[in-house]
Order: sequence, then C-alpha cells, then structure tokens
Amino acid sequence: MTINSSAVNELAKNNVREIDRSGDAPTHHQGVGRTTSAKNERGTTEKQAKIEVKDLNFYYGKFHALKNVNIKIPASEVTAFIGPSGCGKSTLLRTMNRIYELYPEQRSEGQILLDGDNILDRRQDLNLLRAKVGMVFQKPTPFPMSVYDNVAFGVKLYERLSRSEMDDRVEWSLRKAALWDEVKDKLHQGGTRLSGGQQQRLCIARGIAVKPEVLLLDEPASALDPISTLKIEELIHELKGDYTIVIVTHNMQQASRVSDYTAFMYLGELIEFDETTTIFTNPANKQTEDYITGRYG
Amino acid sequence: MNTIYLRRRIINVFNLTVALLTTLLALFFLAWLLWTLIKNGAPHINWSLFTQSTPPPGDSNGGLANAIVGSLMMTAVGVLLGSPLGVLAGTYLSEFGRESRLASVVRFVNDILLSAPSILIGVFVYAIIVVNVGHFSGWAGGIALTLIMIPVVVRTTEDMLSLVPDQMREAAAALGAPYWKVILTIVYRSASKGIMTGILLGLARISGETAPLLFTALNNQFMSLNMNDSIANLPVVIFQFAMSPYDDWQHLAWAGSLLITVTILLLNIIARLGLGGGSSKGY
Amino acid sequence: MEQSVTAGQNNVSAGKSQPGILGDRIFRGITQVSALFIVLVVFGIVGMLLYDAWPAIHKFGFGFLTSKEWNPVAEQFGAVSAIFGTLVTSAIAMVIGVPVSFGVALFITELAPAWLKRPIGTAIELLAAIPSIIYGLWGLFVFAPWFADNVEPWLTDNLGNWPIIGPLFNGPPMGIGILTAGIILSVMIIPFMAAVMRDVFDSVPAVLKESAHGLGSTTWEVVWKVVLPYTRVGVVGGVMLGLGRALGETMAVTFVIGNSHDISASLLMPGNTISSTLANEFTEATGQVYMSSLIYLGLVLFAITFVVLALAKLLLLKLNAKEGKKS
Repeated sequence: MTINSSAVNELAKNNVREIDRSGDAPTHHQGVGRTTSAKNERGTTEKQAKIEVKDLNFYYGKFHALKNVNIKIPASEVTAFIGPSGCGKSTLLRTMNRIYELYPEQRSEGQILLDGDNILDRRQDLNLLRAKVGMVFQKPTPFPMSVYDNVAFGVKLYERLSRSEMDDRVEWSLRKAALWDEVKDKLHQGGTRLSGGQQQRLCIARGIAVKPEVLLLDEPASALDPISTLKIEELIHELKGDYTIVIVTHNMQQASRVSDYTAFMYLGELIEFDETTTIFTNPANKQTEDYITGRYG
Repeated sequence: MNTIYLRRRIINVFNLTVALLTTLLALFFLAWLLWTLIKNGAPHINWSLFTQSTPPPGDSNGGLANAIVGSLMMTAVGVLLGSPLGVLAGTYLSEFGRESRLASVVRFVNDILLSAPSILIGVFVYAIIVVNVGHFSGWAGGIALTLIMIPVVVRTTEDMLSLVPDQMREAAAALGAPYWKVILTIVYRSASKGIMTGILLGLARISGETAPLLFTALNNQFMSLNMNDSIANLPVVIFQFAMSPYDDWQHLAWAGSLLITVTILLLNIIARLGLGGGSSKGY
Repeated sequence: MEQSVTAGQNNVSAGKSQPGILGDRIFRGITQVSALFIVLVVFGIVGMLLYDAWPAIHKFGFGFLTSKEWNPVAEQFGAVSAIFGTLVTSAIAMVIGVPVSFGVALFITELAPAWLKRPIGTAIELLAAIPSIIYGLWGLFVFAPWFADNVEPWLTDNLGNWPIIGPLFNGPPMGIGILTAGIILSVMIIPFMAAVMRDVFDSVPAVLKESAHGLGSTTWEVVWKVVLPYTRVGVVGGVMLGLGRALGETMAVTFVIGNSHDISASLLMPGNTISSTLANEFTEATGQVYMSSLIYLGLVLFAITFVVLALAKLLLLKLNAKEGKKS
C-alpha cells in the first residue's frame, strides 16, 4: 500500500490490528471492521476528497497535540469531528486554514492537500488560503460594525464590487444563512446588538459571503440555545450541496443529525473515520463504541 | 460569649473603626484642598482671564490668555505626537511582540519611562534640544510632554488591545484578511473606546505637568504663538506667580490652578464615562 | 447568484496580488520602530545624564554622594542633603500614606454601603489625577501656616523631650520644612495608592471572602487573612508605584520644603530634595561644574527611582513564581 492510497482504508486496517492486539475484543468487531473498510473503499472511490490530511503532527510548544493523523474529507459533504474535550478535534480543524499561525509557538508537520495542493507549504499564501477555507467559531464573533459591514468585510478584501453588487452579495449571504428576514430592516445597526443565535448566523453569512469552498465550523452551536441550534443545523443541511463542511462538535446527537461522515478522535489520534450511520450504529473500534455509548467522561 | 471570640470582635471593631477614621481623614484633607482651591480661585475667574495676557507686577487687569494658549499648543503637540507613537508601540507589544524578549524589554523600559521623575524628562529635553538650539522653545516643551504622554498611552493601549478576544482576530483572519488589516479594522475598532480613554488620561496627565516645562518652554510674559521661542504656559505661570510676593499674581495663580484642575477632572470624567460605555458592550 | 459560488475561487486567485505579506511587514515594522523609539529615549536619558554629569563625576567621584558641601561660588558640590531630603520626605510620605491608603481601600471595598462605594471610589480616582502643583500651592498657602500654628508647637512640646525621637521634633514652628513636605507628599499619593489598592481588593473572588465569612471570620480577619494575602502582589506594586511618585515629585515639594542645603536632625527644619534642587537651580546654574553637578544629582535620582522600580518588579516576579508553585 502506497502512502497515496486510501487513508481511511489504512486506518480501518489499523483499527483491526489494534483490536487484534487487544485480544479480548469480540470477534464480531473484527467482522464489522472489515465490512467498514470495504464500505470505505467504496465511499472514497465514489466521493472525491476535497481535503486530504497526511501524517499530520501538531505541537503546542512541546505538547504533541496531533499524532500522525490521516484523513480524507469528502467534497460537498458534511464531516463531523467528535471526541472528548482535549482530543485534538479543534486542533485538526484549525490546521485546515492554518489559523494557528497567529500563534508563534504552535506548529504542524505533515501535509494537508486541498484539491491536491499542500496548504502547509511555506509558500502557501495564508490570506488566500483563508479566503478559500472559511471558519465559524464557537462563540459568535460579530465585528464591532453594522450587520451590513460585517458581511461586506471579507468581500471587500478580495473583490471590488459596485454598491448594488455588494448589496446583492450581502442579501444573498444573509438569505443563505437564513438570517435575511430577521435583519433586513436593521442592516445598519451594530452586529453586536443581535441575539446570540442571530450573531452566529451572521458569522456564517460573513463566512459564505467571500464564497469559500470549504467551511470549518468549530462547535458553532455550543454557545446557543436549542432553537438557535436547530436553525444552525438546518442551515448546515442547506449549505452542504455548495460547500465542503467540516464541523467540530462535542455533541454526538448533533454529529449524527448533521453529518454524512464522522471522525472519532481520542488523545490526539484519529481512532475511526467512517460514514456517520456506521459510526453510530456499528463502530469498528472499541474506543469509538465506548465513547458513542457514553462510557467516556 | 467566650473570651476568644470577644477578643476577636474587639479587634475587628477597633480596626474597622480605624479604617473608617483614616478614610475620613483622607477625605477631609482632600476636601480641604479642593475647598481652598475653589475659595481662592473662583473669585478671580472672569472674562479677562481668557482675554488678557499675564500682567506686570502691580497691574490688577491681567489675565492668563497667553498661558492658556501656550499650554493648549504644547499639549496639542504632546497629544498629536504622543498618541500615534504610543498606540503603535502598544500595538507592537500586544499584537506582534507578545511574549518575545524584545517585547519584555520594551515593556520594562516603558515602565521606567512611566515612573521616571518628570523633571528628568525636562532635563533630558533641555540637554538635547534647548542646549543645541540655543534657547527655550514651545517645541521643546511639547516634546517633553510627548515623552511623558507616550508611556501612558503605550500601557493603556496594550491593556486594551489584549482585552480584545483572540477569537476576534481569528475570525477576521479566517476571512482572509491580512494581519495588519485585522488590527486596523477589527482590533482597533473593538478597542477604540479603551484607546481613546488612554489618550484622554495621558492628556489629563500632561496638562498639569509643570516640572518638565520649567527647563524647556520656560515662560513668556506676552502672548506668543511662536513655538520656536519660549512660550507661556499655565503650570509655570502658576509656579512663578504663586512664589511671587504680589497679591495680583497670587490671585492669578489660584485662578489658573482652579482652571487646570477643573479641566483635568472633566477630562477624567469623560474618559471614565467612555470606558464605562465600552466595557458594557462586551467586545 | 447561485452559480457564482465557484467563481469565488477565481476572484480570489485573480484578485489583487497577495494583499497581506508586504503590508504585514510594513505595519509590523512601523509598530516595532515605535516600540524601539521608547527604548531609544530611555537609553538616551541615561546616556545624556551620564554624559552631562561626567565633569562632576570626574571631579567629585563617589565623594559627591557623601559630601554635604553645596557651594556654587567655590564650585564644591555634594549630594548628601538632597539625597537625605528625598529619602526622608518619601519615608514620611510612606509612613503616613500606606496605612491611610490601606484604610481607605478597606473602607471602600468592605465597609462602605453600596450606594457610597462608587462615589467615594470615583472621588479618590479623580483626586489622584489632580496635578502635583496644586498640592504644592495648597501646601504653601494653606497647610503650612496652619501646621505651623497648630501642630508644630504641639509636636515640640509633647515629643521634643522624648529620648531618641525628641530631636526630630525640635525646632522653630515655621510650617516650611521636611515634615511638611512629607505630609504634602502623603496627601498627594494617598488617592493614587488607595485607588490601586481598591482595584486589587476588588479583584478578590467573592467566593473566597464568602467562604472565610462562612467559617465565622470577622470582617477584619477576612481582610487580614484572606484579602491581603491574596492581593499582596498588587498591593506591593501599588505601594512601590506610590513610592516612585514620591521620590521623583518636584512641584508638591518645592513649594514647601524651604530649599536649604543644610541637613538638620529636626524634621521641622527646611531641607531640599533632588528634584526641588533641580527645579530651583537648574535654569540659573552658571559654569560647567555647577550644571554638571545638578545633572549628577538627576542621575542619582534616576538611579534611585530605577532601583525602586526594579525591586518592585523583582518582588512581583518572585511573588508570582511562588503563587505559581503553590497552585
């Protein structure tokens, strides 16, 4: 097996090996493991990978936060990263637009291919990368300016639009983010005056206004009430046709509701990656199963 | 009630009473000071204070117009030079230097400048400007005030910028904004009220500074707008007139003191109100 | 619109050529130069003080620090009286100022009813902003005469005969002198130190105080055994900053200290400080040695305030490190 062949497949193999080593694993797990890997083989041949992570290691100073992570994020689907807090799921997400570069003590090793180009290459222009890979954070981060200017902020960085084109773009983004009806009369009020859920959708609108190809969502609903959470989840459904979406969540129900694929991470390692239905009904790995069934703290 | 507890209660009541008394004592002295200022200053606040220049001894018709104008000009120099430099240096500490060695050196040196006796700033500017130019000047005074202004602004700017959550910077950077644009459009905007507060507090600080002006701007008995020559200013006029034996001059000194104090208190109140509004808005 | 989703990529790559990198470098450079400017100024101050003081350093050496002589005519200069006055006035200011500031901060944070906290707190902060020349003016015209008439005679009568401290309070009740200057300094730094202490006392988590109260502690015990240990870093920092201000203060002192180059055992006698000597004599100094001796004085003042600041920083570092180890 060459390094370019299916990472998922390799991972599944790893899983099998691990179960073999553990010895006491029930035999049907092995069976599931094999079927999963077969399914994955099919999945990855059908689905083109938008992002391919190869042998990624990540360090916060001396702390080794990600260990040899390999994963292929399929295009135009929703992929969820789950795992207990501190497992590295957010870290993995933050390598995909290299936002960690804001902090000099953080560094990564390995490769992340976006459409085949290694974005961890030093020559990669960070700003262009981030314009292509949008991100929404856990807490809403409206800028201290009007709703309209919030959405227009990113657009102005890369495009010179006429007033009416910009109006159209802002409306389009806000509609996409299912926020237009709520804010169309207060476009020129401060973004910080919206409710928490509205602020988060504003941030999503801001993110899609620059027309990225990938959207990274870092626990986008964890600071929101259930109704706002539902709206965000519906929104993710709406958006997935147009964007490749990667979402980090500690809420397993949310992962099972919104995602097509799910990766389970633990202690900086990618334990299992598969179609969401498989992960939640028939996980190949004992650790995944324990987590899914709530045996982790 | 057992004796240990009784003892503790007595100590408690005694110490708290002392705290109350010291507070009253402190407030008494400060009230006394303010009362004196108003009592001696208010009767001499009148229109001619703002229209007439400082008089020769024995002339009761003078005012402080030249000193007010001179003070305004030099303070303006201090603010216009000091704020941008201070904000930029504070930006370096908060956004680029952070934990680096250079940043901690700058931080330490800035603290030295902040706590350096202001009269030494005057001596410094005297030595590098007044001596070389050959005469006292408004510019020298303005530059001395600039050097006093800078560390105040650096401190508050760094503090205020570091209150802006990193997530805000990440959110802007995640849209593809280069870091300088993140700072100029998002971080500054988020911290604008705090930065303004710092500048106002710096302004308040320099508008009452006397010692650094003694050796730089000196004084000028006449109205002058020429920053290349010695120029009148409120603090030095107050100093010289207060030490003089003439009643009229002493009256002007009190009036000037009241004027400065009221100005500075107003600046502080404005700064504080601004800060209150800023913190209640969250970001 | 929907179709243009993929066009975003084109916009990006065809857009303006990499808006970031150069701009980042330039902006970073500008801020760094500004930061370095501060370093340059402070080194410039030190360099200037050394350079201009050099003739005096050369002539008097460290003897300058131990000589009482201050004779412009004979061009003989020594710093002892000015250093003595600087240290003694600041010591008086701290002896009075620290406990009073502590009391004020304690009153505001723990005792004052809620409706009074803000007004008193704001008043204290505003008073901290009043320029020092106002304190000097008040000291000269109001406090010194009152002090001479009402307090100094009493001090001489009642404390003047005590052993050891007696001589400190023997002298003519002139109102002008070291003691008055120290008291004015304390009045000046009390609002400042009290404001800092109140801020750090306010930073104590309510839970901590509540749990101490929950054990039956009295308010005083909570303050002495919980609040103060928890905040000592900030308290020490505030006190040191107050001390720094007192040491370097010019205007509040120059009005009331009497400007004499003599050293007297009595606190009621006039004296001088480094900064008051500079304020009085700098513009009138004639001759290189005189001028350079004044700047030598300035250098000594700079060194004293630097040592205080450095000590404060070291102390805070140590305390911080200790706290770190404990937790």
